[in-house]
Amino acid sequence: MSATTTAPTPGSTALPAFRPSLKVPVSLGVLALVALVFFGFLGSDKTAEMKISDAGDAVAVPALMIPGQVGGIVFGILLLAMAAYSIYLWTQGEKSPKWLPIAFAVVFVFALLVWIVAGARQPSISLAGLVAGSVTLAVPLVFGSLSGVLCERVGVVNIAIEGQLLGGAFTAALVATMTGSPYIGLIAAAAAGAVVSMVLAVFSIKYLVNQIIVGVVLNVLVSGLTGFLYGTLMVPNKEQFNTPGRLDILPIPLLSDIPIIGPILFEQSIAGYLMYIAVAVVWFGLFKTRWGLRVRAVGEHPQAADTLGINVNATRFWNVTLGGAIAGIGGAVFTLVTIDSFTKDISGGRGFIALAALIFGRWNPIGAFLASLLFGFAYNLQSILGIIGTPVPSQFMAMLPYLVTIFAVAGLVGKSRPPAASGIPYVKG
Amino acid sequence: MGVVKLELKGISKAFGTFYANQDIDLVVESGQIHCLLGENGAGKSTLMNVLYGLYEPTAGQILVDDQPVNFRGPGDAMAAGIGMVHQHFMLVPVFTVAENVALGAEPTTFGGVLSIDETRKKIREISDKYGFDVDPDALVEDLPVGVQQRVEIIKALVREAKVLILDEPTAVLTPQETDELLDIMRQLKASGTSIVFISHKLREVKAVSDVITVVRRGKVVGDAPPTASATELASMMVGRPVSLSLNKAAAQPKETTFVVENLTVRAANGTNVVDGISFDIAQGEILAVAGVQGNGQTELTEAILGIQEHVTGSVVLDGKQLLGLPVKDVLRSGVGFVPEDRTVDGLVGPFSVAENLVLDLYDQEPFASGISMKPAKVAEHAKAKIAEFDIRTPSAGSAAGTLSGGNQQKVVMARELSRPLRLFIASQPTRGVDVGSIEFLHKRIVAERDVGTPVMIVSTELDEVIELADRIAVLYKGKLVGIVPAGTPRDTLGLMMAGVGPEGGSDDQ
Repeated sequence: MSATTTAPTPGSTALPAFRPSLKVPVSLGVLALVALVFFGFLGSDKTAEMKISDAGDAVAVPALMIPGQVGGIVFGILLLAMAAYSIYLWTQGEKSPKWLPIAFAVVFVFALLVWIVAGARQPSISLAGLVAGSVTLAVPLVFGSLSGVLCERVGVVNIAIEGQLLGGAFTAALVATMTGSPYIGLIAAAAAGAVVSMVLAVFSIKYLVNQIIVGVVLNVLVSGLTGFLYGTLMVPNKEQFNTPGRLDILPIPLLSDIPIIGPILFEQSIAGYLMYIAVAVVWFGLFKTRWGLRVRAVGEHPQAADTLGINVNATRFWNVTLGGAIAGIGGAVFTLVTIDSFTKDISGGRGFIALAALIFGRWNPIGAFLASLLFGFAYNLQSILGIIGTPVPSQFMAMLPYLVTIFAVAGLVGKSRPPAASGIPYVKG
Repeated sequence: MGVVKLELKGISKAFGTFYANQDIDLVVESGQIHCLLGENGAGKSTLMNVLYGLYEPTAGQILVDDQPVNFRGPGDAMAAGIGMVHQHFMLVPVFTVAENVALGAEPTTFGGVLSIDETRKKIREISDKYGFDVDPDALVEDLPVGVQQRVEIIKALVREAKVLILDEPTAVLTPQETDELLDIMRQLKASGTSIVFISHKLREVKAVSDVITVVRRGKVVGDAPPTASATELASMMVGRPVSLSLNKAAAQPKETTFVVENLTVRAANGTNVVDGISFDIAQGEILAVAGVQGNGQTELTEAILGIQEHVTGSVVLDGKQLLGLPVKDVLRSGVGFVPEDRTVDGLVGPFSVAENLVLDLYDQEPFASGISMKPAKVAEHAKAKIAEFDIRTPSAGSAAGTLSGGNQQKVVMARELSRPLRLFIASQPTRGVDVGSIEFLHKRIVAERDVGTPVMIVSTELDEVIELADRIAVLYKGKLVGIVPAGTPRDTLGLMMAGVGPEGGSDDQ
């Protein structure tokens, strides 16, 4: 080779080795210290009682008794150890494993629970009731987030979950009262959710209106419309229009007596059972069937799907509609399961929490389900702690579900990747 | 295996009032490689999208085996035995190869449940038959582009395509990958598949075609045999005689005034997209940087200009450290910069040609004094540059975005060359530019060299690199594989572009 040839210069760089972010180790460390100081040293000296089985259960399990201060110190040290492990890994240039923040969060929440219960007027709580109540409160969230999963996986951002829930709740109450059957109300709720979704679909897919704006407008529209009808129709004529009755609870004999998981899995209304079925079916459908492959392709790379003869916009339209129907069923839970009448804005922002659950659950039906359970737990904790009387002001407890949402979505989601074409209308050519 | 004869009769496709295709007749005989040759924007891709059912023709007819057909969508085209590999791959990056191949024609069992195993088996069969070496379970986003392209071909073959349309298939490939693709095309032809090969690269077209049809401005200009000379073909494409070789004088390098040392650019994900690169350029010399797209060229030029973050190393021009200076100071140090994408970084589309010509000097004498601009001076300057660079524009006041690609590029080049320069950097100086303008732009670049400016050219077109370079630097995955003199054989350069060092040792893998 000639003189102008220089040898290849292999990478000797002045840059330091790449280090993982300090975010996780530092936040774990701070939280662990907070736990040790507040839950431990400043904790109550009373003993927290955690009941596992209820009085009437077939299988009796003794309650957990945890002394407040000692328990707090033990948990605090455990948390500090986990934080220390995370910092050690960081000094070695390694990332903390995924299970570490999750295990940390579980222990932290349990420590928080012990601290609050031990400090309450009545230091006793039923774990079974806590968990079962969490699932009940999570049911509408699960349906809502499944709706979001279906829409976003196919490439349409569904901000209108709130409106779909609310539309479903109102229609369920109205139709169930008028027909005298909550089951017909449930079906009507699905139809109402589907109609709200179709409006979203038509405007965002056919007329290419910004999906976020259509969604927000739909939420306001449904809220206004149901509020108006509630005021003019339901309030003066409660007997005729707003006494839907409840969906029957259908316990499965024997299985429903298993402590803790019995009431959750086997003592539900039809809507509760439908939720489990919906999660399983949507997951299987999305990842194991032809339909799911096409749906995901349309949401990731619509042009590729188009060149293979898949009708992108029709796929989007029907999926968004299906999502709306599922959210509508979730809305029916408010008026046919939780309580037995409609009130204005009964969904109370749960559609947005469902949206957070779907993101936290990484656009996966099972992830969305688990995230919804977490948010349901936060809702339930808030109400139970209000009942047993904690020193924490109730306004702060009311913030709990939203705080959990913010921390979960901002802190723990990390680098999750939404479907590539989500929110982008598809125009041929 | 059934063979298909494909015929297009009087196809026109209009977008509004603009005709992308006008009255096109084309016959693709079975078992042939039929090349569609034309410049960027000549309407080749539009024509193929019509044939593939993605666009509905405004007028005209498609005949398959002499039977008129009416494709309502790609599904109909595929059913008729037509497959297409698009210029921008139609693959879902987060799917596996098998999922991508199955999509749209999924083998299923009871109830629509996927049985992806069948697709896996088919992929292995085809992969073995043609030596594709494709793993059905790999994620597409992890595959090199060359392999992704084979996945696209497999997609068409699984659907039993008898006619395969390849739209600019070599644009993203290294020279070696290109040769492999040409071999695959010959194999496919031997097994009875006809191929429509769309390209503007004369060398490849001549190497593989049975028939060449030249398209210009939406119309068929005529057919040519593959034995036609490159100059003849180029003249047909452009519509007037062109000279393909530059005939530049040998370089007269003088003092070395531009030195880059150990330049490293770190990306957000922690990898070094430019990894410890050192080189220098003398006055009166052109260093051409070769490499397949996406190997750090963009970041390298942008780091020199000062618009990249996380840059370490040293960039010295005329003894002055440029690294860390604001972009304006870098430009005022005498750096002329032609960015790789003129529509994004080079021009303000809605601004007039005259305004675009002074984007760098709008706030300085003679175009401004104090806070006011001097429109008369700007117009005068525009008039001179339009004449000097032969910019074809309705007027100096026309929006730059409305000009053709070649004329837009001339505007950028005219602006950057109108200052006294101490260094000239041009990224992809002729991408998407018609053959006639390429000739002109190349001459201007050489002229800048001959007045004694160090010139750095970045191009992914190996022909352009060979044409212009006095020395050639090859980048691969952000690293400098080596710097070799002009006249280094194409094969060596091709290997270097794949990461194999000039001495034969592998630098990577």
